[in-house]
Amino acid sequence: MTAAMTEVSRLLQEDFEEVVDAWFATQKREGVRRPDLFSDRESRRQLSDLLRAFADTLGRIDLSQSVDVDAEEWSDLRLALSEITLVRAERGVAPWEMTTFVLALKQPVFGKLNERLRDTPDRLLQEAADFGRIVDAFAMHINEHFIAERDEIIERQRAEMMELSTPVVQLWERVLTIPLIGTLDSMRAQEVMENLLNAIVEHQAEVVIVDITGVRVVDTQVAQHLLRTAAAVRLMGAEAIISGISPKIAQTMVELGVDVGEVTTRPSIRAALAEAFRRVGFAITRVEDTRA
Amino acid sequence: MSGPPAEPAARVELRQERDVAAARLAVSRVMDAMGARALRKTRFVTAVSEIARNALDHGGGGVIEVWRLDRPARIMIRCRDEGPGIADIDQAMTDGFSTARSMGKGLGGARRLVEAFRIDSRPGVGTTVEMEARP
Repeated sequence: MTAAMTEVSRLLQEDFEEVVDAWFATQKREGVRRPDLFSDRESRRQLSDLLRAFADTLGRIDLSQSVDVDAEEWSDLRLALSEITLVRAERGVAPWEMTTFVLALKQPVFGKLNERLRDTPDRLLQEAADFGRIVDAFAMHINEHFIAERDEIIERQRAEMMELSTPVVQLWERVLTIPLIGTLDSMRAQEVMENLLNAIVEHQAEVVIVDITGVRVVDTQVAQHLLRTAAAVRLMGAEAIISGISPKIAQTMVELGVDVGEVTTRPSIRAALAEAFRRVGFAITRVEDTRA
Repeated sequence: MSGPPAEPAARVELRQERDVAAARLAVSRVMDAMGARALRKTRFVTAVSEIARNALDHGGGGVIEVWRLDRPARIMIRCRDEGPGIADIDQAMTDGFSTARSMGKGLGGARRLVEAFRIDSRPGVGTTVEMEARP
């Protein structure tokens, strides 16, 4: 520990609770405390844990070197931090709020430092500058860490959504449907194909309705995925019907030059279902009203 | 190709497959704001999808910018990549020609779906595609 930071370290020891209170108050004032997410007690405990780790870290770092938050001396602080960022990232706190959250520590510490070193402006300036540098580095780190955390959550949700979004449903004996929604990129197309082919075996299906009512854009890649899926279904001994092709998409596909070849298509899932019933030998008939 | 006058209404970096969807969404939003007709929107967005995917798959990624132009009101996009470029543009625009295992209808199809289509490609420098349509 260098001599320059003795006063900051001392004040963090002696006035610990006061600094936590003031930090908490600054956050309230700047509107980054989240009463909707955390109770006052929980928020205060988080600040307290973080400040303790911060004070301990200050005692270990060498200020003559540039501040490297990834260094070994910072590991305790990083740990205290990761707990806080994870909770906040999961609950949808914005990155700027996280940064402001950390920067709000400056004001109370500068205030305290000013009271203590009023008579030695040189030292006051030096300690304030060093402390400012460290808080800035800390804020940058928390921001990066927070964004990385959030990216991970988004990636996880994306994977979860992908699993959810390709359900194969049995409509009738030997008739399956898979309603596609949103974007059919290569990854999802692969998922759709696998789920569908497995379901064909499982349900001994003869007709599969691939419904694209919920797919906004059918470009050549999506069309190719659909046609490949239909070809694979045929190899399994079943027939695919692509349903839900809107007039807009039909016209666009023609301009693109997409030829669906022998794949059966229907404008609606209702028309596709009627066709499916016909193929497996069922018919829907009106029940005769015997009460008459 | 001469530059459009104002700041783009949207800009999407194309780095991975999901960015193609982001480009479609961005163009779709601009067209909604212009009160575009549903069929024109579907056509233009589909063309954008083809061009954006080409930039990603063949150009190694790129950037797509979207403008609203006046008199007459129309939407314009420019998609740039710094990939290997297209050796023979006429051949690339021909349906059925593909260097990937794709349909080979993307470029020609996109041109048929829009009202103005310009392509500039230099081997080793990259490819720029501009497209325009009424809303």
